[in-house]
Amino acid sequence: MNETVLKKRKFQMTLLFLGVIVLTYLSAWITDYGFISSLEAVPGAMAWMASNLLVNGEALGKLPDIMDKLIETIFMSIAATTIAAALSLFLAIMGSKTTMVNRAFGTFSRFVASLSRNIPVVAWSLILLLSFGQNSVTGFLALFVGTVGFLTRAFIETIDEAALGSVEALRATGATYWQIVSKAVVPQGLPQMVSWVLFMIETNIRSATLVGILTGTGIGYMFDMYYKTMNYEVVALITITIVLAVILIELLSTRIRKVIL
Amino acid sequence: MALLEVNGLMKSYQPGNPILKDVSFSVEAGEFVAVIGPSGAGKSTMLRCLNRMVDIGEGQVFFDGKDVGAQNKKGLRDVRKHIGMVFQHYNLVPRLTVIENVLHGRFGYKSTLQGVLGRFTEAEKRKAFDLLEKLGIAEHAYKRCDQLSGGQQQRVGICRALIQDPKIILCDEPIASLDPNSSKVIMDHLKTISIDFGITCIVNLHQVDVAKDYANRIIGLKKGEVVFDGPSPLLTERFTDEIYGMKTVVETRELITV
Ligand SMILES: Nc1ncnc2c1ncn2[C@@H]1O[C@H](COP(=O)(O)OP(=O)(O)O)[C@@H](O)[C@H]1O
Ligand SMILES: [Mg+2]
Repeated sequence: MNETVLKKRKFQMTLLFLGVIVLTYLSAWITDYGFISSLEAVPGAMAWMASNLLVNGEALGKLPDIMDKLIETIFMSIAATTIAAALSLFLAIMGSKTTMVNRAFGTFSRFVASLSRNIPVVAWSLILLLSFGQNSVTGFLALFVGTVGFLTRAFIETIDEAALGSVEALRATGATYWQIVSKAVVPQGLPQMVSWVLFMIETNIRSATLVGILTGTGIGYMFDMYYKTMNYEVVALITITIVLAVILIELLSTRIRKVIL
Repeated sequence: MALLEVNGLMKSYQPGNPILKDVSFSVEAGEFVAVIGPSGAGKSTMLRCLNRMVDIGEGQVFFDGKDVGAQNKKGLRDVRKHIGMVFQHYNLVPRLTVIENVLHGRFGYKSTLQGVLGRFTEAEKRKAFDLLEKLGIAEHAYKRCDQLSGGQQQRVGICRALIQDPKIILCDEPIASLDPNSSKVIMDHLKTISIDFGITCIVNLHQVDVAKDYANRIIGLKKGEVVFDGPSPLLTERFTDEIYGMKTVVETRELITV
C-alpha cells in the first residue's frame, strides 16, 4: 500500500521533471534562444564591460550633476512612499476586518489595493505616461500607485494581527471608533508599519531608476541619456552611485528597524 | 427593578442554530454571580449580549433601567461606560505602558478629540495610580504591558475596568490562562472589589470548585439553556453532573461497551 504510494509519487516527479525539460526546449525553440550561443556570448560581454565600463577622470567631473539627480530620485522615492503610506493607512483601517466601518468601504479599499498592487510599477509608468506625458509627476505617480497597493495589503495584515483583543476591550469601555484606532490600533501596529514603509522606500529607490528611464526623470533619465550617447564611463559612474546609495539606505533602515521593533 | 434583567434572550449566529435559547435571569446590585457550563455552552455569547458586544437576537436585556437592545449608538456608549469587562487574554495593548492601558478605561467619558489627544485629568491619573496600588502593581506603572506576567496583566485589565466607575463587571474566563497561584490572586481581587466597592460581578468560569468558593450565586448553562440558577451551596453534584453531562455520558458508554 505504502510502496505503491511511493512509486506513484516517484512517477509523478519524473513526469514533472520531463515536462519542465520539454517546456524549456519548446520555449527556447519558439523564441530562437540558443543555449550554446548565449553561453558563448558571456565572455565577450565580460570583456566589453571590463574595457568600456571604466570610470575615468572626465566622468568624475560629472559627479556633482549625478549626485544632484540621485538625491532628487531618492527624495522622490521617499516622498512617494510616505504620502502613499498615509493613504494606505486610511485604506487599511477601512479594509481590515477588525476596524472596518462598513462592508462597502471595506470591499472598496481592498479592491483599490489589489488593483494597484497587481499591475507592476513598470506598467503603471507606461499607463501614466500616456495621460501625463514625460515629466517628474508621472514617475512620482507610478511609484505612488504601486506603493499604495502593497502597503495597504501589508497594513491590513498588521492591523488584523495586532489589534483584535484590544479593539474588543476598548469597544466594551464605550470608546469611540477614532479613539480605538488612534490609541490601540495605531500604537500597536506602528513599528511594523514603519518597517514596511522602510522596505518600500528601499524598493522604490531601486524601481525609481527603471521608472526614470521610462518617464524621463531623475537618475534613470541621466543613465538613459549617457547610455544612448555611448558615454559608458559616465554610465558606469551612475551605476556605482546607485548601488552605493541603495546599500547605504538599506544599512540605514536596518538600523532604524532595530531601534523601533 | 434589578440592576440587570434578562428576559427571554435568544441568540443565533446562523439561522436555525440557536446558541442561547430563552435565557432569563435578573441580578441585584452587589451580587457575585458565577456562570458555569461546558465549553460551547454559550457563556461568552451570553456575557457579550449583556453589553451588546454581539447583537441581541430576541428578548430583552435591561441594564440599570435601560433597554440595552433599543439604544442608539450614543445610548449604547453610555450603557457600556458603566459596564467593565475583563477578558481571558487580558486584551491590553501590549506595546503601551500599564498606566496608559488603565487610562483607556476612561474613553467612554471623553469626546473623541479628548481621547485621541490623550487628555486625562489629574484626578483620573491619580485614580489610575490608586487602583494600581490597590491591586499591587503600582511599581510596574511605567512598564510596557508585554513585560508583565499573565497574572499582572490581568490585574491591569481589572484596573482598566475599575477606572470606568462601573456598576457591574463582566469577566469572561478571567483565570483560564493563569496558573493556580495567579488565579487565586485574581479571584481574591474580584471578590474584594465586589465587597469593598459594592460592584456587581458576573464571572464566566469553567472550574466548578472556584465558582462555589467565590460566588454567592451560580448560573449553570448547558447548550444555551439555564439549567441551574441558585445560591452556590445548593449546586450539588447532581446538578454539576447534569450541566457537564458527565455521569450520563460515562454510564451510556459503559452500557455500550458491555
Ligand atoms: N462570532 C461567532 N460566530 C459564529 N459562531 C459563534 C461565534 N461565537 C461563538 N460561536 C459559537 O457559539 C457557540 C457558543 O460559544 P461561546 O459563547 O463562546 O461558548 P462558551 O463561552 O460557553 O464556550 C459555539 O458553538 C461557538 O462555535
Ligand atoms: Mg467562552
